[in-house]
This record gives sequence, C-alpha cells and structure tokens, in this order.
Amino acid sequence: MGVRINLEVNGESYEREVEPRQLLVYFLREELGLTGTNVGCETSLCGACTILVDGQAIKACTQLAVQADGSSITTIEGLATNGDYHPLQQAFWDCHGLQCGFCTPGMIMAAADLLQRDSSPSETEVRQALKGNLCRCTGYHNIVRSVMTAAEGGS
Amino acid sequence: MYPADFDYVRATSAQEAVDLLAQNADSVLLAGGHSLIPMLKLRLTHPARLIDIGRVDEIRGVCEKDSTLRVGSLTTHNEIASSEIVQSQCRFLAEAAGKIGDPQVRNKGTIGGNIAHADPASDLPAVLVAVGATVHLLGPDGNRSIAAGDFFTGLLTTAKAPGEIITEIEIPACCEEGFGCAYLKVEHPASGYAVCGAAARVKMDGGTCAAASLAFNGVTPVVFNAWSDGSPLAGGPADDAAIDAAIDELAIDEPMGDIHASGEYRVALARAYGKRALKAARDRS
Amino acid sequence: MGSVIGTSVKRREDPDLITGKGKFTDDLALPGMLHASIVRSPHAHARIRSVDTSRAAAAAGVVAVYTGQDIADSEAGGVVPVGWLLPNLKTPAHPILAVDTVRYVGDGIAVVVAEGRYQARDAAELVAVDYEPLDAAVDAKGATAEGQPQVHEEAPGNVAFDWDLGDKTAVDAAFEGAAHVASIDLRNSRIVPFAIEPRAALASYDPEKGLTLRMTSQNPHVHRLLMSLASIDLPEHKIRVIAPEVGGGFGSKIHHYPDEAIASWCAMRIGRPVKWTATRSETNMTDAHGRDHVTHAEMALDGDGKILGFRVETYAAMGAYLSTFAPCVPTYLHGTLMSGQYDMPAIHIRVIGTFTNTAPVDAVRGAGRPEATFLIERLMDLAALETGLDPTEVRRRNFVPADAFPYQTQVALAYDSGDYETALDKALDKAGYAELRAEQQKRRDAGDSKLLGIGVCAYIEACGIAPSAVVGALGAQAGLYESAKVRVHPTGTVTVFSGSSAHGQGHLTTFAQIVSDRLGVPLENVDVVEGDTGEIPFGMGTYGSRSAAVGGSAIAKSLDKIIAKGAKIAAHLLEASESDLEFADNAWSVKGSPDKSVAWGDVCLQAYLAHNIPEGIEPGLEETTFYDPANFTYPFGTHIGVVEVDSETGEVEILRYIAVDDCGEQINPMIVEGQVHGGIAYGVGQALWEEAVYDDHGQLLTSTLLDYALPKAHQLPSFELDHTITPCPHNPLGVKGIGEAGTIASPATITNAVIDALAPYGVRHLDMPLEPEKLWRAMHSGEDA
Repeated sequence: MGVRINLEVNGESYEREVEPRQLLVYFLREELGLTGTNVGCETSLCGACTILVDGQAIKACTQLAVQADGSSITTIEGLATNGDYHPLQQAFWDCHGLQCGFCTPGMIMAAADLLQRDSSPSETEVRQALKGNLCRCTGYHNIVRSVMTAAEGGS
Repeated sequence: MYPADFDYVRATSAQEAVDLLAQNADSVLLAGGHSLIPMLKLRLTHPARLIDIGRVDEIRGVCEKDSTLRVGSLTTHNEIASSEIVQSQCRFLAEAAGKIGDPQVRNKGTIGGNIAHADPASDLPAVLVAVGATVHLLGPDGNRSIAAGDFFTGLLTTAKAPGEIITEIEIPACCEEGFGCAYLKVEHPASGYAVCGAAARVKMDGGTCAAASLAFNGVTPVVFNAWSDGSPLAGGPADDAAIDAAIDELAIDEPMGDIHASGEYRVALARAYGKRALKAARDRS
Repeated sequence: MGSVIGTSVKRREDPDLITGKGKFTDDLALPGMLHASIVRSPHAHARIRSVDTSRAAAAAGVVAVYTGQDIADSEAGGVVPVGWLLPNLKTPAHPILAVDTVRYVGDGIAVVVAEGRYQARDAAELVAVDYEPLDAAVDAKGATAEGQPQVHEEAPGNVAFDWDLGDKTAVDAAFEGAAHVASIDLRNSRIVPFAIEPRAALASYDPEKGLTLRMTSQNPHVHRLLMSLASIDLPEHKIRVIAPEVGGGFGSKIHHYPDEAIASWCAMRIGRPVKWTATRSETNMTDAHGRDHVTHAEMALDGDGKILGFRVETYAAMGAYLSTFAPCVPTYLHGTLMSGQYDMPAIHIRVIGTFTNTAPVDAVRGAGRPEATFLIERLMDLAALETGLDPTEVRRRNFVPADAFPYQTQVALAYDSGDYETALDKALDKAGYAELRAEQQKRRDAGDSKLLGIGVCAYIEACGIAPSAVVGALGAQAGLYESAKVRVHPTGTVTVFSGSSAHGQGHLTTFAQIVSDRLGVPLENVDVVEGDTGEIPFGMGTYGSRSAAVGGSAIAKSLDKIIAKGAKIAAHLLEASESDLEFADNAWSVKGSPDKSVAWGDVCLQAYLAHNIPEGIEPGLEETTFYDPANFTYPFGTHIGVVEVDSETGEVEILRYIAVDDCGEQINPMIVEGQVHGGIAYGVGQALWEEAVYDDHGQLLTSTLLDYALPKAHQLPSFELDHTITPCPHNPLGVKGIGEAGTIASPATITNAVIDALAPYGVRHLDMPLEPEKLWRAMHSGEDA
C-alpha cells in the first residue's frame, strides 16, 4: 500500500507515492535519480548515505522515505549554490580530500553539519564528528585537513 | 538491506499511538528509527505495521520543573547532549548522550527509542539507573511510572508492556552543590557501542561522601547497578584508596562477551573505569 | 622540458565526485532493467539435496529464478577460472552457482531476478534449499591435519600446493655456526578488503552487438578475457566490459567472481538488463579476503648481529576455491620478498597452500608483501632482543649497502636501486628517536601506567608488476605489460587510452601530467580514457602499484614514438636533417638555431593534412605501446610508530606515525602522499582492529560493520611524511610505485611499537589484531583477573 509524501529536495518540491518500506536513500537514488548519495553498508555505520534533513545530518539508509514527508532535504547535488562550490567541496578538491570519491558525498554532508554547529573546530573535534563516516582510501588525513581548511576559509 | 513489507500509520498524539497499538498487536512504534530500522533491514524483525510517533511533539523536549529534569521520550540524543539544562543539571546524561554512535545517529535517535530497545551496550541505561531516573509510560489503562532500575529487565527487554508508549523520563537534578557525576566509555571498535560504560555519581558533604552510585553499560545483559543497596563509600572520605577498595570488592557475575571483548575482560574494564568514573565524579563535586 | 612532473596538480577527477555527478555502477539504470539477488549458503560445507524455486518464482515481481543446474545445463562454461598456476597445483572447478556441494558461507546456489531490488530480496527468501550439513575445515594449517573434512576430493589433505624457494642446504649449514637464533610462530590475520563501494555488475545483452557489462573492476580486459574463456557462452569480441567510477578496490575488484558472470548469464537468458549489487554482508562473505597465514620462521645471526640464514614455513589459506591470482600471492609475491632490505646469504621458504571452508583468499592491498614485511620486521626486532642491539642498529648492520645495487637476493629477485640507510636516518631524525627512547626510559623508571612504545619497520616491496616472460615462467596465465594508445588530434590536443584502470588513484591527472611534460602541451589539452574494453586496445589493469611504473611508462614510450614521427615531419617542413632537430617547448627546432623551428600544432595539422609529409610516412599521429617492464620496481622506506598503551586496560593510542618512503620519481607529490596516508591507515586497521573471524563451524562472525572493525577518523593521528628519491633505473619515468607502501609497512610498524611498549612485561610477540584484551592478558597473565 503506497503512502503519498510531499517533500523538498535541493529546493525542488516533489510529491510521490512510496511503499512504506522504501528507505529514504533508495527513494532519492531510484525515484529522484539523485545517485550522489551512496550506500556502503547496511548497519548505519559507514555514513556514505549522509544527507541533511531539515538542516541536520542523518543517514538516509536508516530513515524511511515516509518519515521524510514534509521535510526539506539537501543532498550533495544541492550543496553548491549558483554554480559555486560549497567551501567544503572546494576544500576537498584543494586538499586532496578524496580518492575514489565514494564516501565523499556523505563525508562532505557530515562535515557540513559539523561546521554549521561549530565554525572553528579543532582537529580532534573534526575527527570525532566524522566517526560515523568511513573512508578506506585517504586514512582521513586529508579529509581532516579539508574540513579544517573549509572552516578557516569560512570564518 | 531491504526491509520486508509492512503497513505504516502516523500518530498525531501519544494517546492516538496507544489506541493504534491496541488495534493491532503486531504493531511497533517508530520514533527515530535507529533501533528499529537496522533490525528491519537485516530482517531480524517482521512487524505487520509501524506506528510512526516521530511527529508527536507533546513528548519531545527538555525542561526543568520542581528541581527535576523532564526529558520527553522523542528528544534526540543530540538535543540532550547539547541542552544547557542537561549539561548543568545532569552532566553525565549529556556526556552519555554525546557518546552514542556518531553525530548522524544522535541527530535522529531518541532517548525513548533507545531505552525501549534496551540494548545493554547502549550508553543511556547506566546513567538513568545511577541517577535514579523515573520512566513515565502511557498505556490503555492510563499513565504509570517505573524507576529506571526496574525498567530494564533483561537483554533487549523492559518492564514496558507492548501496548504502552514511553512519554517522558524524569531525572532528579544532580549537579547542584556537592554533587558530581561522570560517564566514561570504552567503545566497541566496530559498532561504537559500549564495551564498558561507567556512570558514576557522587555527593560530597565537605570531606565526607554522602552518597555514591555507580552503574555500567556493556558489561552484563542488563545494566549493572553496582550498589543498589547503598554505596560502601558513603560515610567515608571517598579518596582514591577508598574508591579502589570499594571497586575491588565488587562482584560482577555473568558478564557478556563477544569476539572483541570477553566477559572476563569487560569485568576488568568495569573495575578500571568504575574507579576512574568515581574519581572524576568526586573531583567534579 | 616540462615542469609539470613533480608538481601537485589538483585532480581533474574531483569535480564530478564532490558534486555527486560521478556515476558508480549501482548509480546506473537502463530501460527495462531487472535486479538480481543471489541465494547464498548459510552453511560452510554442505551437500545440496534439493533446491525448490517454485514459491520464489511465483512471488510478486519475479521474472525468473535459476539454479546452478540451470547454468550447468546451458552452453555457458559456468565456472570462474584461476589465472596463476604452480607446479602440481590442484585446480578444482569453481562453478558460478553451486550444483551439488557448497563450500563456504556465501557460496551461491540460486539467483532470483525481479523487477525491483526489494522484490528480488523478498523472493530470495522463498527459495527452499535442503542441505545435508558437513563438517568444515577452517584453519589454514589445521586443515591439513589427519581426519579433517576434505574441501575438495581432488586435493587430499586439503593441500592445494606445496612450494619452496631458496637453498635449504645452505640455510641448514648457516644455522650450525650461528651465535644467535631468533624464532617466531605467528598468524597473519585474515582481513576483508572492504572497499566502501560494494561490488556490483550491470549486464545488458543485444543478440547482434553482444554483452555490455558495467562493473566494479580494477581490470576490465582481464574480466572480459576470463568471462569469455570460462564463464559465459560468448566470444571475447562480443563482450564489452566498462568500469564506471569505481569506489575503491584494494585488490578485491581485480578478481573474477561468479556474480558478474551470473548477472551476464541472466541478462542473456532473459533479454533484459540485469543489475546485481552486493549488500555489505555479501561483500564481507564473498569478496576474496587477504592474508591468513600461519608461519614458523627462524633467523640465524652471528655474534655481531649479521644475518647468516633465514628459514620460513608458511601455511597459506586459499579458501574454498582458488581465486583469480590466489596461488601467486603467498608464493611469488611473498616468498620472493624474504630478503627484505637485508643482505642475507642464505634463505629458504616453503609455502603450503590449503583449501578451507571459507571465502577465497587472494590479493589484497600489498598482497604477500605486507605478510613478508611483517614476518621479517618482527624477526628483526626479536633479533635485536637476542643480540642486545637497538632495533635500528641490527637493521643497519644488515642493510644491503647503497653501493651494492643492483643486488641479487637469494630468493630470485634482483633489486634495482636503493639507499636504505638514508631513509632510516631521515625517519629517525624526523621522529626524534633518541629523545623518544629517553622518554620511554623515563616512563619505565617512574612506573608510568601509560607505556610508551616505539616501532620501526624498514620495508622493501616488489611492484610495478611485472616482466611478462618472468611471470609466465612462474605460472602466470597472462602477461603483465601495459598498453597505452596516444592519439594526437589534428589541432594538437591529445587523448590517451590507457590499459590501467583507476579506482581512486588519480590517473586522469597524473597520466595527463606525463603527456603535458613530454609534449609541452597544456594539461587542459590532454584527456585520459580508461576502463572500457570498447575503447582501449588491451589492458592488465591497476593493482600491485603498477600503474605509474608500467602504465605510465607505456604512455611515455608512446609519446617518444609520437615525438619521433613528429620529428620526421618537422625535419621535412624545415628542410633540415632529423638528427639536427631537438624537441623542446612544444616545438621542433634546429639545434643552435632556435628561430628555425616548427611548432607542435603545425606538425600535428600537417600529419593529418598530409599535403606535405615525407615519403614513406603515413598520415595521422597516433601511437600504441605495449610496455613490458624489464624488472619489478623496488620502493622502500622506513616507518616509525609511537604508541601509548594503558597498562591497566590494554587500550592503545597511536601518538605519532612517521613515514619516509622512496618511490623513485614522483609525478604528483600530493597524490603520492595521499596514497601513503591511505596505505598506512589500511595496515593500521589490520594491526589493531580488523579481522575476518570464522568460528569452528565456518560461520563468519564479522559479516557486518557491527563486528568488523574498520579504522575510523577519531582512532588515527595525522601522519608525518617525508621521502627520499632513488629513481628506478629501468623505466623511462624513474618511478617505482606507491599504492601499497603504507600498507606493507604499517602492520609491522604498529605491532613492533606495541610489543616494544610491553617489553617490561617480557612480551615477545602477539598476533594481530592487537586488541586491548589481548594486551591486557599478556600483561596480566600472571595475575588473577
């Protein structure tokens, strides 16, 4: 039995009927074609699916699409404004904060959540804030540098 | 990864949630979803219907009333960890909530969902037991209250009846003059859950310990309350030697174990972190 | 020429990846696409009595359900082959879906194809399999014991191969006169490669055009070749394999698995595109795992701490079936590394490969070389204890000296170039080694509960894999050259088609740097194409730290050919002798007369106009090279780890990690450093937390992230890097490779540091992962817990 939901994603309004069991991440990927949000695990631990729902970072694999009814969502596709990269996107590029890029959207969205709470975090705070996002390529070194760089640039 | 099929209904009030639960015995409540949805994805549970209480705002939020803290069951871990009221009135609850999972999990997971799931390796139960919290429930027969120490009855089981909903957790303020508390945690290297979480609360009256409580997450299948009959520290100086001696006498039976930490090791951690948490709590008093 | 080589050019891969535009395999959708879910064995070892698919076939959305028998009854080869043979190797068939026996948890039995991924999963639960459970052989060494269950009838005692290398007689003689003997028994733990992107395959079939298979691949041509040879019923030229963005590989996406063959077989049978994407627990169960060695080794030393001889016996688990390159990993990628950085006069190693009822084991980042380095560098620390020398001193006394290259080891390899002592000294300086030792002594004297440990690892690796004739003689069923086609367009812009296949390494950037440097064209005028058998002549792919050394060299060689052909046209245009011309600053000019020159663009245009080119020269400007390296390359370096161990609880904190690496010339230092960072973390994971654990029944206890502990940001420090540069003498770029160095060095570095911290407790060795409980037990074994 489908449930009708309305939500805003990256500034666009959508109305869709979804199966209650549809995970938000598959709704975004398969219904809306927003494949930047990735799936890397099944236990809410890798963070590749991190998006912002009503401004807060959440793992889209651990939320049902029906729960997002009425919400405003930002995915990696919606982070740049008027063609300008978000400071985090720019910093990840400048600091070689990504290699294969699979964890990157989730990593950037989690970092965005951190920087809106704390505009000048310490290295330890950045590392703690990213504990829910796994990267196998970078050893986190340049990811942390990217987030610190974005924070400095934005303050 | 892909949950089996279920029906979905959204409650707009706590009472409506209780009424919906009464209609269909094979229903479960969905709050933040951080205990339930992982189980659905791994197909470890197959409810016929989810009752979404995520928008029942009457049971959300933190307030202080008559020198007690009242935390609505839908309050997220992040809201608790960053609440100035909690930080000032019940510091170790804020600490424990801030150590759950990761920021994304804390943004969505709720205190009510957390304690209803009663994972023994979660971070909140020991704090709620150590602080003497009360869990308020609404059911078909109206409201009732259970002391946190009686709420957790076993591995993933609580005293909450299937038709009841947790509405509020009431916490006596514990950070005024003379009180100190601390929550210390050893994280599971994979899941981030507590291999050992030590929640300690100490009340000092001058140089003498007036009261002390201590409870552990992650060590036994249900939260381990070290001194339910009163602390051996009470009446003494609660200096390092007294704390060490009190902990060394503690008997912790039938601990849990897994491939990363055996029961025997968890008991050793409980001793080490029990001492550290008590000393930290004392030093904050 | 060019200043682009050696500069940290920002990656051109990134704009797509930081905006979510990059397309990974599971991001792709085709019209009419179906989803496959594979029914997998919950038993480590069982006979299949029957499979009933009727309920699944009737479920909502299901298009088809197939079993192993359906595949066996078809024209398809239906197996995945092994690509590396050893003498007397047992090669039992590996069907893409099991027919009568399952041999590990995760072995595929049936496949459900449905309209949606949820429906496929629903129906997979409805496939009823009647099993007769059998006992399982699980342990790499224990599997060879008498009375153990037999994984394959054709491999008695579960022995897949019994291989040795070196001079046993010489080693035995060396031990007779030894003043000291250091010995060790160790287990190199089994790990899950764990790319964050799960494996996936999207197959579509057109009876006229053939099969297009988009998949998570580190080597699309290898996948195409193996699929065609053994798995499905299509000739090679009717298969196109495309690797879209690939979310990390670490070896796991080299191998040919049943899954892509199953998706392809289904797409051909049904006539609609079929996508299969692994869930995380599927990847943990079925990605080829790494390491899993049980080893005994002894090292003989003289009174001055000089190594006299080294003997090793290793049991290496192969798992339930031989994965693509599995037999080569513990033998030629491990046994040949036994000399380390040291001048060892006598070495002998025996490796017994064993079948076990577990996931197959194959190359995982470092592949054999982390195991070799771990063994040697643990033993060097034990040798230091035996001789009373500082760990750095015993290493120093045994280094192959800088003036001894090329150096022929006693285990086949000939090291090309190196300067091991300089790297060690640089690392010691950077770490402040003497001060660290003083601080350690101070803490020990004070009885500090925070134990300080300092670990050193001096590693060598053999990469840039590899000379084809050599690997062919050693059993490879493939050549290990690389191809590069360089196409210069009439306007002078360039497209490179490389057989390398990046999945995070940044080839689009570094390969463009090579072109820009050699030709003097701007970077933005160079495109690099990889990962598509439809566009690239052939390719062996990306693994073994080979892409810069082999793939990059292939590009360099093609560029040389382009320049040589261009010179003929330029000489013709300038009416000068070709030998009087030089190519610099994007133009050919007459030596000594710089104003007599012809620009790059004019030559390129003329090559295509062909109005005025020399006789005997074909129009066009495009060159292809299959570069076959003359030798392996031998990167090296010294890593130092500083850890703190809580003596009460055994918890470990990494305080510092210092790495000095030598990968020869660096094309892009930013990318080199990134590779080192990631490599270090990968090995630290194995040292401290990660392990694929099977119980005695062959059940995998670490199938999800709830139990398999990957390194997280808050558990690691920032790393302190430096480098030396000793160019590779035998390839045109002087590069050696850097993709695996960190992973080769860091398990031994961190383990040595932790064991060093525990020295006051008399601890000589602990196996990875060094979890707190293991340390706590080692420190408190004499006490009542």
